[in-house]
Amino acid sequence: MSLNYFELFGLEPIFNIELAALESNFRKIQSESHPDRFVTAPAAEKLSAMQQATLANEAYLSLKNPANRAKYLLELQGITAISETNTAMPTDFLMQQMEWREATEDAVSAKDITALDSLLAEIRVEAKSLQDSLTSLLDVQKDYTAATDATRKLIFIDKVSEDINRAIEQIDI
Amino acid sequence: MAYSDKVLDHYENPRNVGTLDKNDPNVGTGMVGAPACGDVMKLMIKVNDSGIIEDAKFKTYGCGSAIASSSLVTEWLKGRTIEEAYAIKNSEIAEELALPPVKIHCSVLAEDAIKAAVADIKAKQAAKVTA
Repeated sequence: MSLNYFELFGLEPIFNIELAALESNFRKIQSESHPDRFVTAPAAEKLSAMQQATLANEAYLSLKNPANRAKYLLELQGITAISETNTAMPTDFLMQQMEWREATEDAVSAKDITALDSLLAEIRVEAKSLQDSLTSLLDVQKDYTAATDATRKLIFIDKVSEDINRAIEQIDI
Repeated sequence: MAYSDKVLDHYENPRNVGTLDKNDPNVGTGMVGAPACGDVMKLMIKVNDSGIIEDAKFKTYGCGSAIASSSLVTEWLKGRTIEEAYAIKNSEIAEELALPPVKIHCSVLAEDAIKAAVADIKAKQAAKVTA
């Protein structure tokens, strides 16, 4: 039987994980499965070490990012948070997204990095509050419906942050 | 990934970008979003008393296919009844724009935006009747 991502790193399957433990267990598996250690090993062992390293990478990336971690926890409950055919989001949330997008556009055309930074700060506050509610929804209340909504919002917010960060980099060059 | 000529055309010269007066009782607004790609789409339609769409505007933040899908539907919507608008399928949009399978969800977004805008105008009309 294959291990889920949390089991792989010896972690409890919760949202509010200890990032330091994730980090150190990931490094441990990485070094144990490093190709240098299998130079003279039989082909089958080499292959299995490589598979282990790939799995650890995938698992680490899924658990490190809060939005991905919430999405994965929901998957373990048999819930698909992100489906391409589900486009319904609360209107006020989408309005906010539009406003952030418009503000980003204005700031980019004005090459206003200060405005972009303050937008990012505002978005981070929102992301933090969603993460706090996810801790309570997933780890305490086990309210997976509300957690799915919060996860969808967090993924949205991640995208906006990425776009703003990219815009800042481009202006900076 | 290569975009089709039609997508490029709509992307480079989007039709009907903008907004209508959201407080106008004859204007319906549809807002939808796709968490998978972070796209947000706002579609507004202005309907006359015979239920025919006179004007349509959109604002979309997203990839070229999402912009092209919304631009295309604003062209299609004008002159149609809200029932005809509601019947538009994402597959028609995808086919017209020759969207590749990975971009089909952009046409889903456009179809859902139409449905949301029609639902909004119907709710406004129902409110007018009871008022």
